[in-house]
Amino acid sequence: MAVILRTEGLNKVYRLGSFGRARTIQALNDVDISVESDNPVIIAVVGESGSGKTTLAKTLLRLVEPTSGRAIVYDKVVAGRGAQPGKREFLSSIQPIFQNPFEAFSRYRTVDAYLFETADRVAGLRGQAAEAAVEQALASVGLEFADVVGKYTNQFSGGELQRVSIARALIPQPSLIVADEPVSMIDASRRMIIINLFKRLRDEAGRSFLYITHDLATAYYISDFVAVMNKGQVVEFGAARDVMSNPQHAYTRLLLGSIPTTRSRWRPRKAAAAPH
Amino acid sequence: MIRLNNVVASYRTGRGSINAVDGVTIEIPDGCILGVAGESGCGKSTLMKVLYGDILSPMTLASGSIEYGFVDRRGAPVTSHTVQQEWFRRVSYVPQSSMNSLNPVIRISQQFIDFPGNDPDKRRVLEQVRAYIGKLGLPAEALDAYPHQLSGGMRQRMMIAMATFFQPELILADEPTTALDVVVQKEILMLLMELQEEMGNTIVLVSHDMGVHYQVTHRMLIMYAAKAVEYGDSDSVFEAPLHPYTRMLISSLPTIGDDRARDGIPGRPPSLWGELRGCRFADRCPFATDRCRVEEPVLVEHRPGHFAACHYAGAEMPSGGVQWQ
Repeated sequence: MAVILRTEGLNKVYRLGSFGRARTIQALNDVDISVESDNPVIIAVVGESGSGKTTLAKTLLRLVEPTSGRAIVYDKVVAGRGAQPGKREFLSSIQPIFQNPFEAFSRYRTVDAYLFETADRVAGLRGQAAEAAVEQALASVGLEFADVVGKYTNQFSGGELQRVSIARALIPQPSLIVADEPVSMIDASRRMIIINLFKRLRDEAGRSFLYITHDLATAYYISDFVAVMNKGQVVEFGAARDVMSNPQHAYTRLLLGSIPTTRSRWRPRKAAAAPH
Repeated sequence: MIRLNNVVASYRTGRGSINAVDGVTIEIPDGCILGVAGESGCGKSTLMKVLYGDILSPMTLASGSIEYGFVDRRGAPVTSHTVQQEWFRRVSYVPQSSMNSLNPVIRISQQFIDFPGNDPDKRRVLEQVRAYIGKLGLPAEALDAYPHQLSGGMRQRMMIAMATFFQPELILADEPTTALDVVVQKEILMLLMELQEEMGNTIVLVSHDMGVHYQVTHRMLIMYAAKAVEYGDSDSVFEAPLHPYTRMLISSLPTIGDDRARDGIPGRPPSLWGELRGCRFADRCPFATDRCRVEEPVLVEHRPGHFAACHYAGAEMPSGGVQWQ
């Protein structure tokens, strides 16, 4: 079985302030997770803001250097001590999708420029080969090449532009896609289009995903594994269905109990005090 | 009671004018939490702006009126043209992004003192503010902070403290928890619900999360392509929705413990620029007939207090194709 993702004692300490008033924040605290599988998987990382889930994503994307420990993706050390692959090889095996597609693309450039740049610099494709790769990537997210080429970001809806950014990530045929809150900016009625797309890309194109979210319901819907993070630590990790239907850690239960469902209503706390 | 009489709000642009809210007529009873739901661009934020009386170019109130059910200082009924005089004291607003609404270079306490019409004695005001935020479970030190020094949840609670400080009759909250995670969201919503129960005022809450609406609201307004398509008691709307769009909104998102495939709502709302004929939802509706494509349905009462704009509201929906919850 291949190691799809393993982190070994991953730590990240941010230093804030200067000299006398310096303080540190442990964004990742000995994160050890390991996913081995023969088939591509979707791994969800859930937790509150500030729990360290984005730092974990940034570490895997080499946007942040871990303070100690290392991360292995598909049997290669990608971050920390002994990280092997060069930039190009790294980028062709791991690709990011960010939260807000309107910030990920500049509004002064046409979006196809990004697609061709990725084809050229990461996948090493030019001319017709590049065009074919771009066309194929767009087709796999349900977009037509002719509908995308020459357009600026303001000519797309949020959901369409997020699909373009997924298509961009697919061009180098990466084995892992790191998606940081990919649907939180997208209208609730079209979120499932993106979520179902991840599922299809896993099953049909063989891509694995690290899905970072605070939406536990969609994490339950698509994930094979889930890591629950709180204050830099992974407090619960396991098969998604086991963790969410039978949570062991109190923090996981708190998260699950805070989801506004349409099944049962929250119980009111004590009445609040009126002003003055 | 707040009465909206055939409210039409339009935006004037270079291409012509477009109705973002197109003929909404509803009555909001006093002392209730009204939820407004619908997709992006359905007109829910524009409706909030109209309710708040924040009608600035390029937006205009093309026709219709709002009766707020209370009178101003001179004894005249408040309308959408005079409601600005009542801001803060009787009508307040909780925006989505607290970071963009608080002044970044002024301490929170100063922003409380800055309210128009406040007691000129700053120390007395500050004491009231301190006592009030203490009751809401916020630490007094947070008042001395600048906005960036507080967490997103703390800032949003401060916004709610500011919006409720004068016990206004009407509070408008536009996606107040969208940027927050679930644990903080629950705390904020519980705080809003408790304050509303205590003060007995009216809250209009915009959210795209039907789960939030189920937890918080007493009445629900569903909007689609600038029209009100369903309006009724939340229990009734969630238990037995009359409009197919409402059913799809409720059942489109996944829930934990339910492994059925969810497809979202296929298609997209019609462009408001074109000529709109018949039911605006017809193109996406699995039950649409020829009648739907030609004749526009109006919002009528199908059950006591439960309105829907659908030719087949309340009729048996054929099963299959779309999964109802």
